[in-house]
Amino acid sequence: MKPLDEMVERGQARKVYSRPRALHSTRTHYCPGCGHGVIHRMLCEVIDELGIQETTIGVSPVGCAVFAFNYINVDFTDALHGRAPAVATGIKRSHPDKVVFTYQGDGDLAAIGLGEIVHAASRGEKITTLFVNNANYGMTGGQMAPTTLPGQRTTTSPHGRDPEVCGYPLRMAELLATIEGVNFLTREALDIPARVISAKKAIKTAFAEQLAGKGFNLVEILSPCASGWGMTPLKAREWLREKMIPQFPLGRFK
Amino acid sequence: MTHTKRLIKGNEAIAMAAIEAGCRKYFAYPITPQNEIPEYMAEHMPEVGGTFLQAESELAAINMVYGAAAAGERAMTSTSGPGYSLMLEGLSGIAAAEVPVVLAQVMRGGPGIGSLETAQLDYFSATKGGGHGGYRNLVLAASSVQELFDLTQLAFHLADRYRILVMLLVDGILGQIMEPLELRPLPESELPELPPKIWALTGMGKRGRQNVLSTMLMREGQVMEWHQRAAEKYRQIEEREVRLATHLWEDARIGIVAFGMMARVAETAIELCREEGVPVGLLRPITLFPFCSDFIRQSTAHIRRFLVAEVNLGQMVEDVRLAVEGRRPVDFVGRPTLPPPSMVVESIQKIWRELKDGETEER
Amino acid sequence: MQSEVIIAGFGGQGVLLVGHLIAYAGMLEGKEVTWLPSYGPEIRGGTCNCTVVVSDRRIGSPSIPHPAAVIVMNRPSLDKFEPAVAPGGSLIVNSSLTDRLPSRADLRTFLLPASGMAQELGSSRVANLILLGAYLAATGVVSFPGVMAALEGILPSDKHPLLPLNRRALEAGIEFVNGAGRAG
Repeated sequence: MKPLDEMVERGQARKVYSRPRALHSTRTHYCPGCGHGVIHRMLCEVIDELGIQETTIGVSPVGCAVFAFNYINVDFTDALHGRAPAVATGIKRSHPDKVVFTYQGDGDLAAIGLGEIVHAASRGEKITTLFVNNANYGMTGGQMAPTTLPGQRTTTSPHGRDPEVCGYPLRMAELLATIEGVNFLTREALDIPARVISAKKAIKTAFAEQLAGKGFNLVEILSPCASGWGMTPLKAREWLREKMIPQFPLGRFK
Repeated sequence: MTHTKRLIKGNEAIAMAAIEAGCRKYFAYPITPQNEIPEYMAEHMPEVGGTFLQAESELAAINMVYGAAAAGERAMTSTSGPGYSLMLEGLSGIAAAEVPVVLAQVMRGGPGIGSLETAQLDYFSATKGGGHGGYRNLVLAASSVQELFDLTQLAFHLADRYRILVMLLVDGILGQIMEPLELRPLPESELPELPPKIWALTGMGKRGRQNVLSTMLMREGQVMEWHQRAAEKYRQIEEREVRLATHLWEDARIGIVAFGMMARVAETAIELCREEGVPVGLLRPITLFPFCSDFIRQSTAHIRRFLVAEVNLGQMVEDVRLAVEGRRPVDFVGRPTLPPPSMVVESIQKIWRELKDGETEER
Repeated sequence: MQSEVIIAGFGGQGVLLVGHLIAYAGMLEGKEVTWLPSYGPEIRGGTCNCTVVVSDRRIGSPSIPHPAAVIVMNRPSLDKFEPAVAPGGSLIVNSSLTDRLPSRADLRTFLLPASGMAQELGSSRVANLILLGAYLAATGVVSFPGVMAALEGILPSDKHPLLPLNRRALEAGIEFVNGAGRAG
């Protein structure tokens, strides 16, 4: 037993914060100020709280979270770019009694994988999707995504996204809300602690609904990408609040 | 046990064999000329507690198959040329993660949307891997409905044994014809015991350690490791799994090499030429990868001239030439839609005349 | 001994069924058989055909450019397949639906007003079986009892009450050919 744990045992200290069991004890490759670490932690807390570490199978995307299995200690596979909902469908249909989730970014889910997510939703697949929207392609170096805001500068929209040329941002939660097969659908954000707490609750509900045999369940999370946006971590959170939330309103859609 | 014969379509035989072999997960997207497979699966998978799911595209289908196979199930899909092209990214991923999958590719005319005529235009794409990254598939080619039934069952065994994608490369016409079929199960108990799927994604359970299947090879040296392991696997497959059939081969001096339906056309041509006294025989590769290179090389001892016949303008002929290593001339006959036996007969007669003329000169 | 037949007509005339019956009967009689349908866009135009091979030996290509016999159920099929019949082969024609006579002199030609004959039997749907009966009598590739057994094997049991009508249709085709033979 570690000294700190012994002190807790003896009543000399109170445990207010610890690493969830489902989270590997390791350093992540995420940039300072990135939202993925926060989401990973919340996800692992939910896995612990629901007692599903031994029955959960995750599918990671192509994107910054591609190495999610190095951090989240459950059975895992990565999926080719955009195909995570199809892979998760194959897994869930093979193990209906297991908990299956995809973890996807906005390039993966809203661009190349739009077909897979829409059809998984329309089939009401009994899976949970965590959709991390940071308005750009983080992994490949900050290129324009379907969720990039009008006027937002990225490496492939160096003068700002011009809707005349490359269209408007895709609001995935609103789009998916029209689909009958969707069971639980919400959009959250990571700019302030209150919203982080709300996001955690949403993630827990999205898994609890799957455990109750219901699907499709998706939590969209607006998440800062300080490196991709070329900002300090603090500035990135402000930009998320001031620019992203007006474009992507928060709340429960289904 | 007696097995009565039934008159069954090639495509249906594939589906029946898959269920017989314990395949319980089938995902696909409709495409001609293989639609009898998903239609049969839709009807009969539920009867055995299995899953049939019509995917929104071939992209989704192959990735659903990946998911089910990663979860430890015997899983398959089927498609034709355009769908196969869409699936190639998935095939590359399946190879990278070493997940056992069975794919039936019922060939049609191409490129592009192409036509629905029967063809063998996808030999290169099937046997050389098709997608990116230098992987191989194990490729089986049947020439009758019965053989299609038998090989489909074998495909699941081989996929599980080697953790590889096994492709049934099927002539479009073979998928469409009906022939008598004996529903004989593969005596899998007589085949080598399969390794347990300890790698499967089943949830950690009491294992206490997470299973991860990944198509990524990002760690330094990982690409090298993957290819070394794959090379060893392919070497084992080439050593153990070459399958072929011959007809009138031992005393032949002209050797025809043809697979699938083309082999049947060639067989008709051979019988016509044998009646004229031409010593011609047939070699029919059943596994297209691994290829029967050693057998062909050994056959150069008595085969003076090779003639490769294909429903394309020359693909497998390259593998035959490699196998022959320049010891004998290798000719080609074929066209991208099923040739009649007469076309093969003409080529045989021409070669036979040249061969006889050459011998006269030698004397 | 190998025998090939192409059956051609409009979709809905029972073209594929006739081929299926010949192949099934051949199988029951211990022969090697293949049945090849036309498939793909060509079946959308309203015409369809199938090729059946019955043989004592392993069958090579199931695609036969010049079959020993052709059964045509309409004018477009006559135009398309009359030239294809092997020299000296048999051509069986539903003359109710063809407004011209066959032109080749080297064939054994059988013209049956099959649609009219079928109506006399009580159902225009059995014209295909009348033509099949003619084929049995003209070629003897498979037997009449074999085809009746095939009908029982292929038709779902709720259609079995139709078996007596089917039998009469086959017999009508057989009698037509045999009668013609006697008359000739």
